[in-house]
Amino acid sequence: MKERMKLPRQHMLEQSPLERAHNFTEVNLGYSEELARQEAMRCLECPKATCTTDCPVGVKVKEFVQLIVAGDYMAAAAKIREDNVLPAITGRVCPQEDHCEGGCLMGKKAQPLGIGYLERFVADYEQGHMDISNIRKAPPTGKKVAIVGSGPSGLTAAGDLVQKGHQVHVFEALHTPGGVLVYGIPEFRLPKQIIREQIDYMRAMGVVFETDVVVGRTVTIDELMEEEGYDAVFIGTGAGLPQFMGIPGEHFNGVYSANEFLTRINLMHAYEFPKYDEPMVDFRGRNVAVIGGGNTALDAIRSALRLGAGKAFILYRRSEAEMPARIEEVKHAKQEGIEFQVLAAPLEFLDDGKGWLAGARCQKMALGEPDASGRRRPVPIEGSEYEIPLAVAVIAIGTSANPIVQSTTPGLNTNKRNYIQADETTQRTSRKGVFAGGDIVTGAATVILAMGAGRRAAKSIDEYLTNPGQW
Amino acid sequence: MFKILHAEFLAPGIKRFVIEAPRIAHKQKPGQFVILRLYEQGERIPITIEHSDPERGTISIVVQSIGKTTNLLNSLNTGDSILNVVGPLGKPSEIEKFGTVVVMGGGVGTAMAYPTAAALKRAGNRVISIVGARNKELVILEKELRECSDALMITTDDGTYADKGFVTDKLRQLIENGTRIDLVLAIGPIPMMRAVAEMTRKEHIRTIVSLNPIMIDGTGMCGGCRVLVDGKSQFACVDGPEFDAHRVDFSVLVQRNSMYRTAEQKSMEDFQRDPQAQVEAVHAGQPGACAVEGDGQ
Repeated sequence: MKERMKLPRQHMLEQSPLERAHNFTEVNLGYSEELARQEAMRCLECPKATCTTDCPVGVKVKEFVQLIVAGDYMAAAAKIREDNVLPAITGRVCPQEDHCEGGCLMGKKAQPLGIGYLERFVADYEQGHMDISNIRKAPPTGKKVAIVGSGPSGLTAAGDLVQKGHQVHVFEALHTPGGVLVYGIPEFRLPKQIIREQIDYMRAMGVVFETDVVVGRTVTIDELMEEEGYDAVFIGTGAGLPQFMGIPGEHFNGVYSANEFLTRINLMHAYEFPKYDEPMVDFRGRNVAVIGGGNTALDAIRSALRLGAGKAFILYRRSEAEMPARIEEVKHAKQEGIEFQVLAAPLEFLDDGKGWLAGARCQKMALGEPDASGRRRPVPIEGSEYEIPLAVAVIAIGTSANPIVQSTTPGLNTNKRNYIQADETTQRTSRKGVFAGGDIVTGAATVILAMGAGRRAAKSIDEYLTNPGQW
Repeated sequence: MFKILHAEFLAPGIKRFVIEAPRIAHKQKPGQFVILRLYEQGERIPITIEHSDPERGTISIVVQSIGKTTNLLNSLNTGDSILNVVGPLGKPSEIEKFGTVVVMGGGVGTAMAYPTAAALKRAGNRVISIVGARNKELVILEKELRECSDALMITTDDGTYADKGFVTDKLRQLIENGTRIDLVLAIGPIPMMRAVAEMTRKEHIRTIVSLNPIMIDGTGMCGGCRVLVDGKSQFACVDGPEFDAHRVDFSVLVQRNSMYRTAEQKSMEDFQRDPQAQVEAVHAGQPGACAVEGDGQ
């Protein structure tokens, strides 16, 4: 055991910061087989596997890692898939430090096991070696389930339910399935090809995807159940509406919500204009600021850098310690040359007299007492105002509930912030046969937490379909 | 893929498409719109639904060639398909018995005003329609509007048909003649809607306009279509597209709609340099052609 503790954590191969700051190809390049096996050998095989209990979907880490040591990568992939239908995605975007790696015993003395890197290795190996035409399908139960939204919670629920033999139909509002994985997370962190492969895998398992359907507008939940014969519905519509700051000048040209900025780039490929039709404001060589400190903020500012921003910086009202972003993203951003202006917030946006953003008037902050989130509250410092020149400002301070499904589904209870109320264990809503999970229940969270909800919902839907009398 | 069952020019550069879209046809109400995308590299554009036929499962839209996407769209014909059509989006028009309603359509806005005019007529209103176009050739939907209006007035900018002048001239006449007007609905170019708003503001006549900001998803997710209404941001896709004209900040709308002008001009120039190649790119994604990359159904 002591010997294994001495082995260093194997580094992920990466594109060099100088190179990657100018392209949209993936930053992390993956483990080689050799690196993966060396890393896997570090696992202490603890009897009490906190890595698994700390995982929202309960991936059997110890077991799959030992299969890597044995060199049976396909068996390792199958082991992960027992609990996680999107391993190539979670291996890339999960905040492992908060879950599996945070629970890893080795992390107490040295570096935790690179579980995320290993998961990614196994998933990519599987993708390169499997034959999706041979996927085993479960015997059909004759039950139909509608999944509303094809983001992380919906895909997870769909994957688990189809494996139980239910007929699963996923409705997506946009023209491509994947939800936030497609419109929110940039190519350099999660290549679109990976998402396509995962979705093709689900299609091969029998899941049907229908794009261009805004449930609530194109068809309602009631119509799905009463007219189209769905026995159960899972709502995973995500966090939805972008929040603005309510400060003067937010309507100036050049001020974006993070959702719009990232959707233009990721879903609509604005970074490939004019090959793609969707344009983006030209800010090459000029200042871009993103306001916020989460993963979305970092995705936006690193995208701005790749689009040629002269100076790209984060404006965050608390200190770096309170930033909710993944540790690896902050590290990568700093390597690429992103500047962090912490303890500062804009008071108003300034224009050039013609409606185009020209700058922001900001104020410095100090940290006060902890607030409801447990993080120290930012307190404005009087007289500390200063101005900065800006061509583009991106507001990444969070989202609120999209009301379309709630407002068109009578009897569906919501909380005072208009998120859907669902039981924490069964994901059941106030409407019989209707389940909900992910950001539309919890407010904005992470991919893996949404997947955890999708997984619980699938289990609960399966139980309900077996015994529909109970609610 | 959404099949075009019928396509015909109503006027030079203005084309009507009847599209197979049963889900949308089943749900559409006057005032709502669809967002469509033509090919994998294409942008998403909002277009108001002119009419829907739930029994046949079809919707119709009327499109004016302005930029690259609308020019490409208007190159499609009966039997072609549109890659993505999603809707119906936005809040439906408020339809009730107001009394006397003046429905004003400027240019292709006439096609957007028409379904609401017809619904207002069915709700028992006295409907006075005023439509304006640059010249005789561009006057559209005259027959349809005549059928659902108690009175129809037409203006052309150059006087080649009906009365020379602008739609606002007719509105002014109605006001000056002492016609009781309970509601005005104006849909058309921003300068026209703004001029109507200014005229009715003084007379305290409730006025509704349908706004056309730049949009991407159309479900409230991106916030790109925000307009300033009563000094507050509203999303045209979910809070609109219809708003009280007297509360809308039209200069912000004009300013935000100009945000990508340089890029739009570049796209249009590239398109005009070799229109055929671009049209072929759209046709390449049609049924029977080679499969395209991506997940469009």
